[in-house]
Parts: sequence; C-alpha cells; structure tokens
Amino acid sequence: MNIVSCGITIDPVPRIRQSSTMTSEPLTLNGVSLVADLSGALYWPDRSLLVVSDLHLEKGSSFAARGVHLPPYDTADTLNRLAKICGHYRPQSVICLGDNFHDTGGPDRMGKADRAILEHLISAHDWLWITGNHDPELPDDLPGRSMTEETIGALTFRHEASRSPAHGEISGHYHPSARVRTRQRNFSGRCFAHNGDRLIMPAFGALTGGLTVRDAAVRAVLGTHFDVLFLGPKRIYHFPTDKLC
Amino acid sequence: MLDKTARPRPDMTGLPKTFRDWFAGKNWQPHPHQLEMLEAAQAGKHALLIAPTGGGKTLAGFLSSLIELSETPFDGLHTLYISPLKALAVDIHRNLTLPIEEMALPVTAETRTGDTPQAKKKRQRGSPPNILLTTPESLALLLSYTDAPKIFRRLRTIVIDELHALAPDKRGELLSLGLARLTKLAPEARRAGLSATVAYPDALEAYLSPTGRTGSGMVERVTGGGAVAADVRIMIGRGHFPWSGHMGSYAVEDIYEQICGAATTLVFVNTRAQAEILFQALWRINEQNLPIALHHGSLAAEQRRKVEAVMSKGGLRAVIATSSLDLGIDWAAVDLVIQVGAPKSSSRLLQRIGRANHRLDQPSRAILIPANRFEVLECQAAVDAVNEMTLDGELPSEGALDVLAQHILGTACAGPFHPDQLYEEVRTAAPYADLGREDFDAVLRFVTDGGYALRTYDRFRRLRPTPDGLLTVVNQRVARSYRMNVGTIVEAITLKVRMRRGRFLGEIEEYFVQGLTPGDTFLFAGQLLTFEGVRETVVEVSPGKGEEPEIPAYMGGRLPFTTHLSDRVRAMLEDDRNWPTLPAPVEDWLRMQQWRSVMPKRDRLLVEVFPRGGKFYLVAYCFAGRNAHQTLGMLLTRRMERARLDPLGFVATDYVIAIWGLKEPRAEDVAGLFDQDMLGDDLEEWMAESTLLKRTFRNVAVIAGLIERKLPGHEKTGRQVTFNADLIYDVLRSHEPDHVLLRATRADAARGLTDIRRLAELLVQVHGKIDVRHLDRVSPLAVPILLEIGKEHVYGGALDTLLEEAEAELVSEATGGNIQANLPI
Repeated sequence: MNIVSCGITIDPVPRIRQSSTMTSEPLTLNGVSLVADLSGALYWPDRSLLVVSDLHLEKGSSFAARGVHLPPYDTADTLNRLAKICGHYRPQSVICLGDNFHDTGGPDRMGKADRAILEHLISAHDWLWITGNHDPELPDDLPGRSMTEETIGALTFRHEASRSPAHGEISGHYHPSARVRTRQRNFSGRCFAHNGDRLIMPAFGALTGGLTVRDAAVRAVLGTHFDVLFLGPKRIYHFPTDKLC
Repeated sequence: MLDKTARPRPDMTGLPKTFRDWFAGKNWQPHPHQLEMLEAAQAGKHALLIAPTGGGKTLAGFLSSLIELSETPFDGLHTLYISPLKALAVDIHRNLTLPIEEMALPVTAETRTGDTPQAKKKRQRGSPPNILLTTPESLALLLSYTDAPKIFRRLRTIVIDELHALAPDKRGELLSLGLARLTKLAPEARRAGLSATVAYPDALEAYLSPTGRTGSGMVERVTGGGAVAADVRIMIGRGHFPWSGHMGSYAVEDIYEQICGAATTLVFVNTRAQAEILFQALWRINEQNLPIALHHGSLAAEQRRKVEAVMSKGGLRAVIATSSLDLGIDWAAVDLVIQVGAPKSSSRLLQRIGRANHRLDQPSRAILIPANRFEVLECQAAVDAVNEMTLDGELPSEGALDVLAQHILGTACAGPFHPDQLYEEVRTAAPYADLGREDFDAVLRFVTDGGYALRTYDRFRRLRPTPDGLLTVVNQRVARSYRMNVGTIVEAITLKVRMRRGRFLGEIEEYFVQGLTPGDTFLFAGQLLTFEGVRETVVEVSPGKGEEPEIPAYMGGRLPFTTHLSDRVRAMLEDDRNWPTLPAPVEDWLRMQQWRSVMPKRDRLLVEVFPRGGKFYLVAYCFAGRNAHQTLGMLLTRRMERARLDPLGFVATDYVIAIWGLKEPRAEDVAGLFDQDMLGDDLEEWMAESTLLKRTFRNVAVIAGLIERKLPGHEKTGRQVTFNADLIYDVLRSHEPDHVLLRATRADAARGLTDIRRLAELLVQVHGKIDVRHLDRVSPLAVPILLEIGKEHVYGGALDTLLEEAEAELVSEATGGNIQANLPI
C-alpha cells in the first residue's frame, strides 16, 4: 500500500526497481565485484571470501569488569550471526577486519561455550585476523593467522583507512551509521559507505555504536560524495550522502 | 453571626509573644490552617495540609520549626525542606529569611541544590544549618554519604512542598524511599506535606504516612480555608473565530487589551510553540512598549531566572508561560491569569488560576480563551469543573523497579545494610507498600552483578557480603559513579542553541533540529532565527529575516487531556439544553450538526463515513485524547489494510480521529475495525516496531544505573546514550526477555501509555454501541479535524514502507521531469 505525505495526492508513489535479492546488494570497488549483505558482512564471490569488521567481542564483560554490567550476551550474539552468515555464503576464507576483541583481555574473559563456537568457525575456514586499535595483539593460543593488513588482488584490507590516498581499500574502524529522513521520522542505522574506490565496513559486533557518515573523519577517507548502503530492518537501501541528515 | 457548625477557630494564644508581635506588626492574622498545622506539630503528629495555591502554606509548614528553634537553641539539622524545584527552594529560603531576621531568631537556614558550590556542600555535611532547603535529588545524594546517620540523627521535621506535584512520578518514588530512610535514621522526625487541592487526598496521606498506607491514624489532615470562588470567564476574541488550530493568535488583540487593563498578567499557554508564536504576535502590536516577557522550559536557565526576578519585583506587565510556571514561586502582584487554549485538566486550570492574587481573601481573576470551536466546549467543561471543585490529576504511582535499584545502590554507598531490613524499610514507602520479596531480590541481584541468568559477572560484583551477613559496596568507585548518576530525570536529548559568535539562548530537542536545513527560519527564545547548522553539539543560529517563520516552532510539551474533562465535554454535546449559554458561532455549529448528522452520544461511539475529493473519510468521535487516538490510528490503519480498504493516512486531535482511504467502509466493516481484539496482536506488533519501548528502556537503564549518564571526567552526550541503549535493549530482549530491567521497561511503558488503557476502556465501552452514519458530505462536527490535515503530521506506514518511499522519492526525482524544489534534503 502507499501512504502519501500530504493527504491530497492519491497517486501511488512509483515503485522503484527491486534489487534481485532483498538482503544483499552488488557493488563494484576498484573494478572488483562484491556483495554487501544486510547482516553487515561483505562477500567477494570470485575469491570465496567473507569480510566482517569490528566484532568487539567481549565488550559486555569489558564494561562489567569496570562495574557497568552490560548484558553478557553480546559475544554469543555476534558469533551466532557470524556463523549464520558463514553458513549462507560458505566462503573458503574469512577476514575479520580489526577490533575483533573489545580489549586485549577479551580472549581470556571469553566463556567456554563462546570460545568453542569461535574455534569451530576458525577451523572451518582460512581465517585471517587483521589487528585493530582495540586489539593490537592477539594471544598466541588463538587460532587463525594474524596480520596488520593484507592485499589480495586489487583489494587491500586494513582496520583503519590509510591517511594517504589508497585504491581498492576496505577498512572498518569508524562503525559508519547513517540517519535517513523519511516523511514521518528519521531513522538511523548501520551502513556501508563507499566511493567506488574505498569502502568503510559497518561494525558487526552486537553492542557497537556508530559514527555518522557525515563526520569529517569519514569525509576525509571518501570525499564529500559517496554512496551509502543503509541496512534497513528487512533490506538494504541506497542513499547518496545528501539524502542523509 | 456565629456559624455553629464551624470548628472552633484556633487563636494566637498558642504562639509565643515574639511571633504574636511579629504578626501584629505586619497587621496579619495567622490563617486557621497555619495554627492547626502548628497544633499537629506540637502534638507530635505528621500532617498533610491541603490548601489552594497561596494561603501561606509555606509558613504553615515552617511555623512549628521556627517556634521550637526560637525557644530551644539547637545544634545541627532540625528541619529539612524538600521542593520539586531548585528555584522554589531558593525562593522559599528568601521568604524564610524575612521572619528569621525580623524576629532575630537564633536560626540558620541554607539551601542545598545542584548549584551549591562544592565547598559549601562539604561544610554543610560537617556542620549543617538548622533548616536545610533542598530537592529530592540532593536528598538522595546526602543519604548516600557514610556520614548520613550523623547529619540526620537529630532531625525533627521534614517539610515536603508541592507534594501533589512530586508524588505522582518517579521523583516522588525516589523521595518516598528517601523518606523511609530518613525515618530509619531519625525516628523522631515528623513529616509535614503541603499540597494544592487534589482529587486524591487519601493517596497523598498514604504517601506521607511513615507506614506507607492510609488509615494509620498517624497523619493529621488539615484543610486550608477554601479560597474565595475564582472569577473565571470564557472570552472569544474579536477576530474570525477559527474552526481548528491551537495557537489562539486570532485573539491577540483582545489579549493585549486585557494586559493593558491589568497591573500584571500571567498568560498561560499549552505548548512552547504557542508561547513563542503568541509572544511574537503580542510584540508586533505592543504599541505602548509594555514589558512583556517569555518563559518556557527550553530557554536558558539564567534567562528564566532573570524573568522571574524582574517579575517578582513587579517590573513586568505580562509573562507568556508554559507549565514551566505552574508551580511555586509566589508573585502576589499578579492580578490576572489568561489561559490561551483549552486547559486539558481541571486541576491544572485551578492551579493556574490560583497564580493570580495569591491571597485567599480576594477572588482570582482569570480569562479562558479557546483557540477553536471544540476548545470552547472544553473550556466550558473546565470552568464547570472548577466551580464544582471536581478535580482530576494523576494518582501517586506504583513504585518502579529502576528507582528501587538506584535507591538500593545509594543505601549501600552510605554503609553496609541487611537485605531483610532494607526490604521491610522499603515497604514503608507508599509506592512500594505492596512490593513482593521476589521483586526486591531480583532488583538487589541486578544491583549486585547485573542480575543476568548467565551468571558470568559474579567476579565483577558491585556489592559484596561482609562476614556478618550485610552487603556493602566493593569500592569507592562504585559510590562515586552512583553519585554522578543520581536522580530520576532523564532529559530528552537536547542541543544548545547559540547565536553565531554570540550568546547561548537555550536548548532545543534533537529531533526538531534534525528536521531543519540550513537557511530555515524558526521561532525560539522570542525571536526569529535562521538555522545555520550544527557544530558538534551546538546549534548555530543567526537573526532571521522576514516576518513569519518557515518552520513552525517545535511541538514540545503537549498536555494530556484528562478523562474527567472528556466526560464533561461529551455530556455537553449530548444535552442541548445548555447550548444557548455557549457563544453563538458554537451553538450554530452544534445545531447544524444535529441537522446534518447526529450528535455523538455519551456512552456510544459515533462514526461518520463520507466521500470527499475521490476519497472516503472515516471520522470517529472518541474523545480519548490525542495520544490514544494516535495509537488507535496506527492500529486502525493496519486493520483497514487487511480489509483491503486502502487506507492512505490519518490525523488525530484530543477529540476526534479521521482516517481516509480509497474504498468506502461499510457499516459492518466499521464494527469490525473497532473490535477490542485490536489490542492483542496488532498492538504487540506495533509496539515492537515503534521506538517507544527503546526510549523507555533507555530511561530505565539510566535510572537503574546500567548506563551512566556521566562518567567522572568525561560526560557522554545524550546521543551516545541513546545509541548504546538501543543496542543493549536488542541484545537483552533476544537473550533474556524476562530480565528485571525489561520488566521495569514494560511496566513503565504500560504506565506511560495511560492512553492505551484509555483506548482499551473505550473499545470495551463502545462494543456493540457504534453508530455509523453514511453521509453524502462532510459533517459540521468533522470540519475541524479535516482542517487539521495538512497542518498536522499525517501518520501511517511501517518503517520499511517509509524507507522505500524515501528511496523512491529519489528515483522519481532523478528519472522524472518534475523536480520539486522543496524536497526535504
């Protein structure tokens, strides 16, 4: 149904072309075809590679240790969603793009059940940890390779976008979020932001907040005009930056 | 002549000579209720004074303390005064200083609020004054110090001012727990509650009683002499009398005339937008340059204080105010109160009227100016209610669990406690009188380690047991964090408004700012401003050009329409015998409705269906208040979609809801649409999607201490709090839906949604009693609501639909030839 904004018009709003799948959107970065998923993961079909960023595992317990008892379910929640998305795309490789744990003590605080899920996931894939500012060092007993950055074909993966110009760069760190204005109210939510050359991933972790893509820090990476893939409740929406507030 | 039924009038013989002379020197007579309060105090009883605004309530509360202190020099804190407003505490302090100085009493009195300097606060703990004037939040803080037992040990009297305003919400709950604590620390202390006239005096008595219940016989109820009947009339401006709208600008010249004819006028309006617009309109015609000021909750505090100060010196001819001036501060000089727009509640009207001539021996003069035709009926209903003294208002609430969590942590900060004893103590506070032990224990566990079913935070506890079975805080960091977060007021997220390279004007809600584009003009702080942009958390503005704002001011602070007034309005509509007393345009309008359609019946629901402009309108006369109607609109829209009636949108006022769509609903469709089962699944679904629960959770989480509003050293902005709270809510809801904070959130939402309860009552009441009228055109009674379309927000549409629309708008803009210049970007 269509509900119009002024109560006078009755013409239905023209339907836009529906994307092939509602829960993912194709995009091209530095000539490479990728798929942005509604979950916040990015898939590279040609390389069977799945990328997620800013898991911030054990964020809840990190706060709890300081007396702020956030719900202890964030790690399980994040890992379950990660397992689900791995089950969907069945990638050969997985890259976690930094800030994988909320702090360096995270791996030690992790509960047994959560640790088992994580190790099972790692063992089933070619697993690469990119380190981030929250987890500059990962413990030796954590399986999976660990790097500060990695280049595969035309794409480079690092946690924080480079300050100098870069091509085909995929980074995280900023937890981009967007506010979209509709006629009734504004909605904010996580998003992918890219300019065809560089892309910033949304945070995948359960308790991770966001930074608006209108922030100067994001503009410094992507310029003034870039595309936002807004993660709505049921599908992804395209918005250019000037539609955002 | 002697009235034999009257109580014997207490005389001044009970007063010491100093006091008798002081009264005599001022040519004053103590009011009977002041002396009765004194008697109660001297008999060692708790006392509840219920008296109209004015009438020397404050002195009634303090008289016994002043006398005791004048007779027996006292070292330490004797009397604690608690007020809902910082400004009121300061004002009362000033009023109290007068008799103390004039009688040269050996009494020290000081205020303690958030504004008191740290050094003074510290000194007050070491050597407190005899009388301390404070707020519920500052009391909670004082009680959390380890020296609280020492400070309060000798306390004799607790005076609670504006009890009717404090009791019904979470601040009142926190205060009730604080009072229970005080009684434990100082069993001798007696309580004196001062309240305006209220609909529920029994509930206030229970609140004031140290047992938390009525009928304990421990509280003496004193009723203040009835005020002289107010002189209230309804006035319709000379301008064209509007069919709809809420601003009342049509009557601005009449309002100005009244201001000119009075010494000092208080003009009350219902929303801040209305205050701004009326203020502008008055200044446009203010040929005599009368000092007219503006006062509302969003203005910078120093600006409000300035207005209050000039007002109290008699330097203003009028103040345009919202409910920001409903309470407290005494301005005897006000001789006229004008209420623009319908008052929404008879108790509120009574309080507002009482702001004029704050003296019991003269009638208050007040004028009501309805802003549209329906408001005439509501104004008349409110005047009738005031004349008959039938009041409405909120009942003191059932204690919320988040407030209890805060209190438990505060208690722990003051020293080790025994859970069993604290449970018993808490139940002496009226809001928690029926608290179950399992709820108490769940809250206690939440305070200890978060209370999660997954007990992984045992090692991160905030409370630890001592060897003798008590609980105590693990370290002082916990206590520091508690003290930074104390209180139950969780502010809406606001941004500061600052003139470019200039001064700070006030604060404005974030949601309003988000609707602005640089260059937009709007009214704020009494001036036309141009929105320049947001820099960090500051809204930058510059002086606006032109006459009219492009963006109407924001809609902050709508007042709820009480059931009581709603019932009266319905009765007036049904009974046409009194119509001739209404203004002629209103009577004509009602007669026209009788002729063209029918009048809504008191215990039935009238639904009109008629075509207009290719659409069908369904107008329902529910009179359940705007909030209930909005919820109803959302639910009806869903149902009409399912019934393939192709609804397009709806609009709601306090009285009526109108929905329009492409297909004509038949009479049998209408009965089905209003079936009471809509409050089941449809409501659940709507609640899940709306932001209501998340917003409620955020408040609950802050009050309960899960989320800190300030951390020592760095303050979080409201925006960060919101974002995190939403994520926490989502995680908690999917993993532990019965967690105590989610239970508190649902209870809060249900409580805040009195409109849902009202909706439920309405649906039950009208079941099988729906009168459907199919008309060939709009009915006279439906005209006002149809005029709201276009002015008011039009609702409808799920989140995904809205996002699709926003996206589609872009596509049509890019592909179609018709580029609209005014797209919201």
